[in-house]
Parts: sequence; C-alpha cells; structure tokens
Amino acid sequence: MPESVLEIDRISKRYGNVVALEDMAFTVRAGEMFGFVGSNGAGKTTTMRIALGVLAADSGEVRWNGAPLDLHTRRRIGYMPEERGLYPKMKVAGQLAYFGRLHGMAPREARRSAESWTERLGLAERRNDEVQKLSLGNQQRVQLAAALIHEPEILVLDEPFSGLDPVAVDVMSQVLRERCEAGVPVVFSSHQLELVQRLCDRIGIVRSGRMVACGTVDELRDSGAATLVVDAPQAPAGWAEGLPGVRTVGTDSGRTTLELERGADDQAVLAAALATGPVHEFSRRRPELTELFRNVVTEESAA
Amino acid sequence: MTVTGRTDTPQQGGDPANPRRQDSDQQGAGRTGTLRTVGLVAGRELDTHVRKRSFLIGTLVMVLIIAAYPALMFFIGRSMGTTTVGFTGQATAVLQPVETTAESMGDPIETRETPDPATGRQQVREGELDALVTGTPGALKLVVEQQPDEELRSALNAVVQQRALNAELSRAGLDPAEVNERVASARVAVTSLEAADPQQGQRLALAMAAAFLLYFMLIGSGQMVAQGVVEEKSSRVVEILLSTIRPSQLLAGKVVGIGLTSLLQFVIIGAVGMVVTTAAGLMTLPSTALAGTLVWALVWFLLGFFFYATIMAAGASLVSRQEELQSVMTPAIMLLIVPFVVGVSILPSNPESSLGATLSLIPGFSPVLMPMRIALGVAAPWEIATALALTVLATVGLLWLGGRIYSNAVLRTGARVKLSEALRAA
Repeated sequence: MPESVLEIDRISKRYGNVVALEDMAFTVRAGEMFGFVGSNGAGKTTTMRIALGVLAADSGEVRWNGAPLDLHTRRRIGYMPEERGLYPKMKVAGQLAYFGRLHGMAPREARRSAESWTERLGLAERRNDEVQKLSLGNQQRVQLAAALIHEPEILVLDEPFSGLDPVAVDVMSQVLRERCEAGVPVVFSSHQLELVQRLCDRIGIVRSGRMVACGTVDELRDSGAATLVVDAPQAPAGWAEGLPGVRTVGTDSGRTTLELERGADDQAVLAAALATGPVHEFSRRRPELTELFRNVVTEESAA
Repeated sequence: MTVTGRTDTPQQGGDPANPRRQDSDQQGAGRTGTLRTVGLVAGRELDTHVRKRSFLIGTLVMVLIIAAYPALMFFIGRSMGTTTVGFTGQATAVLQPVETTAESMGDPIETRETPDPATGRQQVREGELDALVTGTPGALKLVVEQQPDEELRSALNAVVQQRALNAELSRAGLDPAEVNERVASARVAVTSLEAADPQQGQRLALAMAAAFLLYFMLIGSGQMVAQGVVEEKSSRVVEILLSTIRPSQLLAGKVVGIGLTSLLQFVIIGAVGMVVTTAAGLMTLPSTALAGTLVWALVWFLLGFFFYATIMAAGASLVSRQEELQSVMTPAIMLLIVPFVVGVSILPSNPESSLGATLSLIPGFSPVLMPMRIALGVAAPWEIATALALTVLATVGLLWLGGRIYSNAVLRTGARVKLSEALRAA
C-alpha cells in the first residue's frame, strides 16, 4: 500500500491534433524534492495544471496516498502557477489570509500564518500595501507565501525561481528545502538547471509531453556518456580508436578528451593509454545536467 | 529507473508556520463546505466593493439625484406657475376679472398696476413682467416679449368677450347677471365608468422613479460582476482560486457578494428617496403605497440582478482583458435598454397598454416593466405571479447555462473564447 506518495499515473492530454501529454508518469515521495525540466512547451505546466485540477486530463490519474486527488485533497496542495496571479488591489496580508481561509483555515489561524510568512519572506514592511504597488520580485514572494499559507501537504510550483534576484533565489531554495525536510513532497519546474541539480533529489526530463529521463541526479549523470580526459604525452594520434564504446572528442597538446558510452570499460582505455607511455592524468567526469538536457533537446530536433 | 527516496530524516525545524497538520486535517474537512466557501467569496466581494470610493460616490450621486428631483420639481412648478402681468391706464379696470378668470382656469397669475405703457414695455423687455395689458377695456392690447402665454390670452379673450356679451344682453333688455347664472348652471352630466384616480400623476412619478432606479442599478451591478470576473481572469488569480474551490462556488460567491453590495446601495437610495418625498409633502399617496412600490422594486431588483448578472458574468468569462469587455457586454446591456425604453415611452401615456402588459410578463422585460406597472396600480395579481414565476424559471435556466459557460471559459486566457466552444467543452 503506497504511503505519502504523489503519483502522476500515465496522464494524457491532447488539444485537437496536438499531443500535449502522453502517458506522463512519475512519483514524488514525502520529503522528496522533484525537479521538472524540459524545454518550453514540453508539457510541464500542463502536468501541473492537471495535478491541481484546473485542467482535466483525457486519461490517467493523479493520486495522493493511493487515493485519486479530489477537490478536498487538492485544498492541501500549495500551488504556484506559471502565470502569477494575485488580486492587484488587495493588501498583502489580507490577501494571504483570504487564501488561507479558502483553504479551510480559521480566521485567526489564517491571519497568524499570513503574519509569520510575510515575516519569513521579508515582506513584513509591506503587509498593508496593495500587491500592485510591490516590485515584481516582492510580488513573487507574496505568490510563494500564498502557496505556503495553509501549511500544504504537497507543494507544486511552476517556475518558482524565474525573475528572482540571487538573494531571493536563496530564500526560496531555503524555504523549499525546509518544507521538504518537514516531509512535504515538493515538485517544481525550472530552466535553471544548475539550481535543479543542486536542489533536487530526483529529476524528470520532459520532451514533447513524455518523460524521457527520470531518476536521482546520480542516476541521471551515470546514465549519460561519461567524459574521460587522458594526459599521455607520448600517445600517437588516434591511439584510442578501435576501443569499444569510445569516441575521441578532441586532442590538445597530448591531452585527449574521450567520450565513453554507457557501460564501456574505462580500465581498458587506461591500459591502452599506459601502453603508449607515461600517463600524467586520467580523469573521469560525469556529464552535468545541462549537458544531459542538451542531449535530450538535440535528440528531439534530430527526431 | 528505480525510485530513490531521500535518506534524510524529516525534521520539524523551528518554523512557527510549520506544525504537523494531522489534526488540522480533521477540522479542515468540516470547514470546506460549499456554503462556507461561497460565503467567504461573497464576503470578500462585499468588503472590497463597499470600501471602494466609487461605491460611496455612486451612492451619494444617486441619493443627490433622488433628493434633488422633488426639490427641482417644486421650484420649476413655482416659477412656471407665476405669470406676472402688468396693467396700465384704463386696462386696470379688467385687472380683477382677468385675475379671477385666470384663477378659475387653473392658471393663476400675479397682477400689478404699472404707471405708464412705456415703463411697462421696458419691464416686459427686462423680464420683470411676463406681459403688459394696455388699451381700453373694449379694445385690450397685450404686449409680450415674444410669444404670449396661451392661458393668459384665453383669460383676456374670455374677459373681453364676456364684457361684449354683457353689453349686448343689456341692450336686449336682459339682466346679464341672471343670464350668466343660468348659463353657468347648464352643464353636461358626467358618468365615470371607472373611478378617477386623482393620484395618477404621483403614481406615474413613482413608476418613473422605480424604472430609472432599477435600470441604473441593474446596469451598474451587472457591470461590477463582469468587471470582477475579468479582473480575476486578467490578473490570473483565478487559477489559484480554482485550484482550491469550484468555478460554481466562485461565481456564486461573486454574484451573491455584489448582489448584497447593490442591495445595500438600493436600500439606502430608496429610503432616502422615500424620506425626502414624504418630508417635502410631494406625495399624498398613503405611505403603504410608497413602501409597497419600494418593496416590489427591491424584489424585482434582486430577480433582475440574478438574471442580468449571470448573463454578464458568463459573457465576461469569455474575454481576458477589460478592453475586450465592452464587446460582450453590449448585447446584455441592450437587453436592459429595450425594456427600459419601452417602459418609459409607453406606460406614462398609456398605463393600461396591452403591449406593456404582455411584455411585462416576459423574463428580461419583467424586472423593469412589472414594478412600473405595479407602481401605476395596473398590474393584476395573476400577472405579477406569472411574471415572478417565469423570471425565476428563466433565471434558474440561465444560472445553469451561465455557470457552464463560465466554468469552461474562465481558465482559458488569451484570445476571446467562442460562445459555442464554451458551451461544448467539458
């Protein structure tokens, strides 16, 4: 029996002939941070909107703790939509308390929560200002507070980091980390891949409405082609040719950069290098998320 | 690929906004009912609109118009009623009879003696006098600035003719006083099949006031709903709202909240109007008739509000920007203008009009026409009942249809959503 798991189970959505999502599936456990990456229009926002029930899927199901999400359970999700949305003419604290109450909080509870989140996110001075009078960065903070106001059991955030200054990025990361450590599954999408790699426990890469890669950061990095740098000054050109699963990417004054297919034996490469003479450096580097992502996108345009 | 969970043990942290919420879930379940949600949304609408400066100003302006109308009527009535006529020379002999005749004709005049024709002419030119009567009693001359007042002219003619007649009667050897008395006693016997209503004028004024109030309030409140729908759509706040509450709850809350706001405004304006007219002594109608009209206007305002607000909200949900709102609002506003124009152009001259009676039964026409007919005292109870039933039925149907359009269109931002698509889409 699944416990405290958010399951996106093979959801599909099409608009006429355009396939927006096809069998999109992944799970996020309690206390896990899931990064959702993919180029624009890949289906990240559609997936999140379906999870929040603002869009209906053609097929598939979203479950929380084994039960399909309904309006009642959705109230316990904290959501930050891609298109930011707040009442421009409502005051910050009043607006947050209102959202808290819509999520089922009692008036005092909602007011207290609005107070503590504005404090936490550095908005204490702006509590009684209309949202439209705030800078975009501050509006973004209010938006985050609106997602957190009701102490959600699940967090779904669409591009929470876009448009934030570095300080705000740190605050946002810290808050997400904390929520996560408190046992809340966190799903967010982002184009800032370094940030995703640093922050997330698991990552899903989406392309054309499908999940093409999904796993922990280590798993993903191990799954891609590794890079070997070999400094063997006496090695003749083309020394590594013919080794199975190895491709020479470049040579620069004795240093050869090789690309190793998944499963190829790097020890065979070392042996071949040693056979040419002394080896000063032999380093294996796993691909960064950025490179993996670029590969995925390249495959897409090739397809 | 295998699912790898975090190995970190979940920590509580020192965050005050971070208690475990196992217990609050149980409470939450009881606090998320539809009524509570609709109440919350309605409360926000009421709070937002009542605090707005436009609400205060709008109410004040309407109150001023209502209060100024009877006062204006009073002053216009007085300045129109007093025609000042100067008499000079021998013409002063007819001063008394002209004044009496004018009075008996229902158009009292103010008379005064003027020393000489030249001064009189000067005063007419300056507007101090409305007319100057010169000449001899046998050949009166009337001097006016431009057009003579018809009533004054008739009064003068009557006096002159009476004098001529009296002279002829005397010459024929009859006593003019005796003949006049006998002539005066000869008159047609009138049988009224229906009791005349001496308060018809007041009823009409009441009906017109009700029509104006309903028309402006229905347009105003409908527009508030439409603007609210588009504001939520254009600011995208609707996506957050609808991840928490149902579209029908949001729409219902908005309509109820703005309905209450307008009701409050309506009651204020109506009460001020009633107090002012009563205090100014303009109404001799029993205060129950006045209150009755107000209550019926209120009932029809509420029915009309739900009818039109639903149409306008559904229309507004099709567009994403305030600038596009006018295009979808025009048909709905036309739906209000037509009954209003029919009402104010047909009913005053012909309260019993069968066209008016028929139209007042049709939903969409009833909210403006029926309260007018009720105020005029020409609506039969069965007509009122039929109109009420039909409007309620139509409104229920509209709520269903409008709710469907709204639910399907409100999350689709960008280009204007076609009505057919909004009706079809699931």
